[in-house]
Amino acid sequence: MADLAFKDACGPRPKKAFTLPNFIIYTTLTLLAIYYLAPLYVMIVTSLKTMPEVRLGNVFSLPQEVTIEPWIKAWATACTGLNCDGLSRGFWNSVQILVPSVVLSIAVASVNGYALAFWRFKGANLLFTILLFGAFIPYQVMLYPIVMILRDIGLYGDVWGLVIVHSIFGMPILTLLFRNYFSSLPEELFKAARVDGAGFWRILIRVLLPMSAPIVVVAIILQVTGIWNDFLFGVVYTRPESYPMTVQLNNIVNSTFGEKEYNVNMAATILTGLVPLVVYFVSGKLFVRGIAAGAVKG
Amino acid sequence: MHSVSVKDLSLSFGPVEVLQKLDIDINDGEFLVLLGSSGCGKSTLLNCIAGLLDITDGQIFIKGRNVTWDEPSQRGIGMVFQSYALYPQMSVEGNLSFGLKNAKMPAAEISKRVGRAAEILQIGPLLKRKPAALSGGQRQRVAIGRALVRDVDVFLFDEPLSNLDAKLRADLRVELKQLHRQLKNTMIYVTHDQVEAMTLADRIAIMRDGSIQQLAKPDEIYNRPVNRYVADFIGSPSMNFMQGSIGAKGLTIGDVTLSIDGYKSATKLAKDDVIVGVRPEHVATGNDVADAVYCTKVTADLLEPMGADTLVWTKFAGHEMRFRMDGQVRLEEGQEVEIGLSPENLHLFDKVTEERL
Repeated sequence: MADLAFKDACGPRPKKAFTLPNFIIYTTLTLLAIYYLAPLYVMIVTSLKTMPEVRLGNVFSLPQEVTIEPWIKAWATACTGLNCDGLSRGFWNSVQILVPSVVLSIAVASVNGYALAFWRFKGANLLFTILLFGAFIPYQVMLYPIVMILRDIGLYGDVWGLVIVHSIFGMPILTLLFRNYFSSLPEELFKAARVDGAGFWRILIRVLLPMSAPIVVVAIILQVTGIWNDFLFGVVYTRPESYPMTVQLNNIVNSTFGEKEYNVNMAATILTGLVPLVVYFVSGKLFVRGIAAGAVKG
Repeated sequence: MHSVSVKDLSLSFGPVEVLQKLDIDINDGEFLVLLGSSGCGKSTLLNCIAGLLDITDGQIFIKGRNVTWDEPSQRGIGMVFQSYALYPQMSVEGNLSFGLKNAKMPAAEISKRVGRAAEILQIGPLLKRKPAALSGGQRQRVAIGRALVRDVDVFLFDEPLSNLDAKLRADLRVELKQLHRQLKNTMIYVTHDQVEAMTLADRIAIMRDGSIQQLAKPDEIYNRPVNRYVADFIGSPSMNFMQGSIGAKGLTIGDVTLSIDGYKSATKLAKDDVIVGVRPEHVATGNDVADAVYCTKVTADLLEPMGADTLVWTKFAGHEMRFRMDGQVRLEEGQEVEIGLSPENLHLFDKVTEERL
């Protein structure tokens, strides 16, 4: 080898730290981040202010005197109608609606998706098409018919009625999710389990579900956020004493008598949004990965 | 008694006939290879025998018992898949014992059988590992073990070596052959690799478009292929084919005429156009030319040295032809070589039906 001249390229290529494209990208990203975070900022600072300070109208200013009184009031003592126990009642109602709805819908949808992916019975495709069609029906169309059905079976106004409604409305998308995920698993695994003498349930529970953690997590996220944020079904199918948190929030914010307590409203709104927010922060990466995993093969 | 019998088996998906009236009898302890290019129905047939696909018509017998409507687990078969299909969340031990647990076998018997399989396949130290921590060859051994522990009559292999690299494949091929010697089970083995088929099989069934072209011993298939398809499929590099015709003086190919007195034909040869086949390794070169019935000189157009042999591309009687030479012989492209042909090494096929004459 000849001597390496110093001017010649040699070794790793040098990277430029600051270039025009980088500058444009990071400026845009920063501006967008500020734009989207500004409302959250306003909510947080307002919720920490006292009412006299809120009345000054400087929404962007930091609180001169930090108080958590609005948060306590929003959670425990804000009044809606005759009840003065704040959002806490709504929170527990929501939990009581959420947990059985998520468990039931995922349990049923995983079996649906499994049957559609592996046990190709006659009419499976037709059934799947009909099920998917359900995803395109606007909720409002179904609102009153479901009231009649729930009344006839005696579950109208009951939390379990709402659980059933949530489970049914989650079924199309969850079944699609599970079916696509199971279809992406190697079919030979299913065949091997059959040769090994495992039946319908045993293959699902012992072989396939232990491999399905990513898609189960996605399903949980979808259902938790969807059901937690639901307002329409909650207000229509339950009675005031079992209203979910979103409905409770609406009632607090929209109370017509007295002064608008913006700091309490802001605190209440953040509290209500906290559950989906936490779910996203904890599992955001898993969520994206799972959606992609289910979407590759259709 | 036949170990596996397939009688009049047909399978259609709607209007598409995937398997057409297949009849195969497999002897006890026989190693049968189903060989064909992709899409010929060989894996489909195996899945039908395993009971993983419902057939449209016909019957399947295993050990004299009609299993046509039986579940896969009741048929007395074990199956090994191309992708190994090990249960990823279970340890090797869990994989081996899953089938036995499903059959509600007592724990003592399970551990005895797992131990025996681990010993035969030399996977004892791996029992506690998960499949992800195994190499390809080890995974395939576990997959074989899963069939082994169930103590089945018939082993079904669906391209078990296709996912392995060339060297490992050659090693495992020999191991499989030894395993068959040791266990003496009936084995049905699907592959598209003719080397695997020739080396492993007691008999080979060559399939094409859902039907069996030829079912015979490997040397029979190599030496007396029943039609042009089989002749072309078996052998690497594959057979040379030329247009010819049979006349009073013998066989004429282009401007070459040679006697076919030594050709063993199935029927009396009529004077007609034929397809002439000759394997590259059956063209005489070097000292063997002297013994050939017909000899001539050709120009070496292109050389493909492969170490032990050199493959020579040339023109013969107006046809492209390849032949094999000793790799140690010095030869330049463009040089002339003497070659010889003998009738006993030729294959004649009907021009229309492509059946062997």
